[in-house]
Amino acid sequence: MERILEQLPRFLSQRNLVLLAEAAGMTLAMTAAGCLIGFLLAFVIVYLRQTPGRWALPVRLACIAYVEIFRRIPFLVIIYLVLFTIPLVLRDASLFVIAVVSICIYATAYISEIIRGGIESVPRQQVEAAATMNLGRLQTTLWVVLPQAMPVIVPPAVAFGVSFIKDTALVSQIGMFELTFRGKELNNQGYSAVLVFGTIAFVYFLMSWPLNLWGQYLEKRLAAPRSQRRRRTLRQP
Amino acid sequence: MNYTFQFGVVWRDLGALMDGALVTFQLGLLAFWGGALIGLAGAALKTFGPRPVRALVDTYVVFLTNTPALIQIYFLYFGLAEFRIRWSGEFCLLLGLTLNAGAYLTMIMRAGFLSVRRAEMEAGEVLGMTRLQQISYIIAPHIARTIYPALANFFIVILVMGTSIGAVIGVDELTGTAITLATVNYRWLEYFTVVAGLYIVLTLIASVGLALFGRWAFRVKARVF
Amino acid sequence: MPHLEVRDVVARYGSHEVLSGVSLDVDRGEVVALVGPSGSGKSTVLRVLVGLLQPVSGSVRVGGQAVDYRSAGQVRAIRNRMAIVFQQYNLFQNMDVMRNVTLAPIRIKRRDRREVETLAVALLERVGLGQKLHAFPDELSGGQQQRVAIARALALRPEILLLDEVTSALDPELVNEVLDVIRDLAREGMTMILVSHEMAFVREVADRVVMMDKGQVIESGPPAEILDAPRTERAREFFGKILRH
Repeated sequence: MERILEQLPRFLSQRNLVLLAEAAGMTLAMTAAGCLIGFLLAFVIVYLRQTPGRWALPVRLACIAYVEIFRRIPFLVIIYLVLFTIPLVLRDASLFVIAVVSICIYATAYISEIIRGGIESVPRQQVEAAATMNLGRLQTTLWVVLPQAMPVIVPPAVAFGVSFIKDTALVSQIGMFELTFRGKELNNQGYSAVLVFGTIAFVYFLMSWPLNLWGQYLEKRLAAPRSQRRRRTLRQP
Repeated sequence: MNYTFQFGVVWRDLGALMDGALVTFQLGLLAFWGGALIGLAGAALKTFGPRPVRALVDTYVVFLTNTPALIQIYFLYFGLAEFRIRWSGEFCLLLGLTLNAGAYLTMIMRAGFLSVRRAEMEAGEVLGMTRLQQISYIIAPHIARTIYPALANFFIVILVMGTSIGAVIGVDELTGTAITLATVNYRWLEYFTVVAGLYIVLTLIASVGLALFGRWAFRVKARVF
Repeated sequence: MPHLEVRDVVARYGSHEVLSGVSLDVDRGEVVALVGPSGSGKSTVLRVLVGLLQPVSGSVRVGGQAVDYRSAGQVRAIRNRMAIVFQQYNLFQNMDVMRNVTLAPIRIKRRDRREVETLAVALLERVGLGQKLHAFPDELSGGQQQRVAIARALALRPEILLLDEVTSALDPELVNEVLDVIRDLAREGMTMILVSHEMAFVREVADRVVMMDKGQVIESGPPAEILDAPRTERAREFFGKILRH
């Protein structure tokens, strides 16, 4: 205990704080990049998965296989698979790229299930009405289905992304200099583990908690009927 | 792009990997059941407890669900050592996962508690049931049915995402075993491909089992896919 | 030659046969009412016509041309000539009234935006919703939504308008505002096939009544004949039940 108190001033040096702030930024950056790309790819997966017709069966099966496989493998295993596969495809890939690709692979699989749920929540009659007016599948999806599915999709997708900020701690394992890695470094430099990991936990908390609250607010707001949402935006200057 | 896969060594080590898978499964089960007990207590205290206790439960849930399980486990493994408390990696992993799962399961079970509608309880009263009968015949089955899909889902999350954290502190569960073996002969891709396959098999068995159990016990249609 | 000619159409949902050989003629400007007990396949006829359910066998001709419902191109072509209004209105919930009405004519039929918008305003005024151009469906009553749905269908300038139990989901006091619109359309010579349970209304607007039961047409003729003097026992029973209400 005395050791912690004794180390405290030295630990909270400007150098260390900047280091941690940058590391936190790195954690956020790779999570955001991976999840955003994953969000977009997830739409593609879901769209392909719903391709009608006999000839598209292999496409549908491939999409289902992708989702089922990567949702059932630990993130850490995905990281290792990417770490040792990427050099075969891409020379000199940075750890950042490897981290983002790993996050993206996992996020795509997970978010595509969220998107599928959202799309299935839109009444089938909306799609039928669009079909009788000769809207194509892509047009129906973009103009009719997705706008209605978004309020159902966005809150859990945001929750997934926010929750994933914490799970990305595992990429420290391959030496990616994000928050957890810097923590281990400081611990190795002789700083108390309680002090270091307590601080690191607190920094994660500072990123995760407000975003979680924002996600909850978003969910409530999106649950309101569209017309009321519009009015509220009008009233707010 | 000219990597030659050599699965030979991996097949030789398949026994060790299977042992790892067994450890993974045990850890997952223990952490889940421990977490479920904490979750049940947490949800009950949050619903019926006095104000300070409710605040305490809230703090526990908010803090443990907003920090990485990995850091929580580091804290137990490296942090407590400074207070001369030295636990094995397995124990720290199990304790960390259980506490972490407890927080999430408190949220899930609390949602189940809140889903009980007054009308159902009144219906029980009209039928002349005692409080205990209402709980065991109406409320408990209702809660179980409501939260079962979320519980089943969460079990898979612990089984996969949770236990693999052990690899980082040297626990020989499935991922850890693979890392240990691969550092020796560098067949990383082969080991991890097989390990991925084992995880898929493991979770599929769990999913199917949970879906069947849910259908049998609570008439819940839990989806395997 | 009738404008629309349906011959021996068979259709299934899975293994359940919902239409077992339905034939039907509709002339230009004619209003045909499909009546019969629920589950008799009336709505299915409309769904087959707009290509929402592929017929197993039988033929459909429009303007003398056979329609092959297996061909995506021909289904598109047929949907260009017919418009359907659903029981549940099915307005696009994410669009305001104007966008609901103008979307397909502008974006799909590629008609001139200004011309379509003028037409849409005219149609919406005509159905009494000139004040609601920018309301969202969830701000409108059922009757108002159904009138928007009719305007949306008319904006497509269909040769044939299909109306699928358009008043069945409405509160009784809202039924008339929708029937008034249809009555007007009939007077103007719009070709229509309507599925309805409003027998008084059918008697008033329909040129011909087609009685269906168990996926088959059992009687067809002028309203007075079918409604007042049904020939078959099944029809007598059905109208006996309905008209007593």
